[in-house]
Amino acid sequence: MYKRDIYTVLSNEPLTPAVYRMVLEGDTQYITRSGQFINIELEGKFLRRPISVSDYDEKTITIIYKVVGSGTEQMREMAAGTKLDILTGLGNGFNTENEAKAPLLVGGGVGVPPLYNLCKRLLGEGKKPSVILGFNTRDEIFYEEEFKALGVEVYCSTADGSYGTKGFVTDVIREKALQFDYLYTCGPLPMLKALYDATETDGEFSFEERMGCGFGACVGCTCKTKYGNKRICKEGPVLKREEIIW
Amino acid sequence: MVKHYDTSVELCGVKLDNPVVPASGTFGFGQEFAEFYDINCLGAISIKGTTREARFGNPTPRIAECKAGLINAVGLQNPGIDRVIAEELPRLREIYHKPIVANISGFSFEEFEECCAKIDKEQQVEIIEVNVSCPNVHKGGVNFGTQPESAAEVTRRVKAVTTKPVFIKLSPNVTDVVSIARACEDAGADGICLINTLFGMRIDTVRRKPVIANKMGGFSGDAIFPVALRMVYQVANACQIPVMGCGGVSSASDVIEMMMAGATAVQVGAANLRNPYASKEIIEALPAEMERLGIERLRDIIGIVK
Repeated sequence: MYKRDIYTVLSNEPLTPAVYRMVLEGDTQYITRSGQFINIELEGKFLRRPISVSDYDEKTITIIYKVVGSGTEQMREMAAGTKLDILTGLGNGFNTENEAKAPLLVGGGVGVPPLYNLCKRLLGEGKKPSVILGFNTRDEIFYEEEFKALGVEVYCSTADGSYGTKGFVTDVIREKALQFDYLYTCGPLPMLKALYDATETDGEFSFEERMGCGFGACVGCTCKTKYGNKRICKEGPVLKREEIIW
Repeated sequence: MVKHYDTSVELCGVKLDNPVVPASGTFGFGQEFAEFYDINCLGAISIKGTTREARFGNPTPRIAECKAGLINAVGLQNPGIDRVIAEELPRLREIYHKPIVANISGFSFEEFEECCAKIDKEQQVEIIEVNVSCPNVHKGGVNFGTQPESAAEVTRRVKAVTTKPVFIKLSPNVTDVVSIARACEDAGADGICLINTLFGMRIDTVRRKPVIANKMGGFSGDAIFPVALRMVYQVANACQIPVMGCGGVSSASDVIEMMMAGATAVQVGAANLRNPYASKEIIEALPAEMERLGIERLRDIIGIVK
């Protein structure tokens, strides 16, 4: 289920020069899984802006977004108290109902945020997740400390080698010889593909696509899978490894 | 005493509680919206455009935002006529008991015939809307709708295989929409639906590439309302058959304006994608707008502007 409601901005602050964290207050009952997203109406924009849920509790939703265009520039300027029309509870999200005991969570850039709530959830289920965060350069890194504060092992990679392992998230897996029995990942398409090729473990991959509505009506974001056509906004954004067609 | 505002209209003998009909391609087969509200408040539903075979449609990305609208290049993704009949219509019937408009597309005269002959047997389908105006498929859709002769031929072929009212959905991307509408009327069409999307394009200036994989697509949304209104006015004045107006409608005021131009029913399209409650909210706003404008029966204003 999903619903539309009015949410209030509680805080909106930079984590890096380009990445912001916004906390929203309102009804969160339709968010049921980590990795789901919300769709935010912005004044003067015809389409809503789909942003993944980084964390949520009974009263608040935390999103982390990168300023990439006029819509997110508008969001960056929003002060506490701003009211927003938002659809929540969209998408399937990550499934944690499996036998995995030591899952690996891999996030790239703004693919990192949805893994935060997932990590908390896995810990709550008594599992032992570890985390790899991939960025281009040191200045772009965010949430390393937040993940560490959850008490999990966190590894970072930067493409330019300015912090952590030099290279990509797949280099971390090789370098540290990480052992894991399930993979959860969200990030840019080339990273997802590289991870898919570099691993054999069962897992779930969260994808992005340009969306019209965000709730399945326009079928603008459909992709082909081994189990038939799936809408990234509705049957996705999370696909199982076994069904992905690259 | 509270005045009663009568929003009902009649479309080729089909009674609608109100003139608001979600447009094909913006409402799926109803299921997604039923999660938001009881869709029985709608005048009718025009279901997702259906072809003989299942189609994936065009490669992604196939959506581009614009000022006051969006471009889509979905390309008639649908499960095919047989699965629509076997699965989607029964599922829709479980949650919805008001009229259904079946939108049919094709890549040949035979495909239009075959799909319409099949849908003709479906009792819950009250109206067939023949889409000769999809801008997103090559060698099909719009090609039939850009010439009076081919539009008329599709009309004749379809009329021969069904007893249901047939509306032909026309493209705005033509030189003279009136001549095409007239040709359809002469060929036996029971009504005209217009407009489909305007052919448009966006470029990602950073990547220096079209936003949409298919390069071009159909532009819809608030921005196209004046174009749609003008074409509805022209066609309604040139034809005797009823018109379903479509294009950029996002308020009760737009519905009334479109009806004054000559529309008997009014389709709501892109607005549903931005606000899933759009069609419902428009219907709920109609009585107040009628009161403001001194209208007691909505059907009295159809084509009142000459």
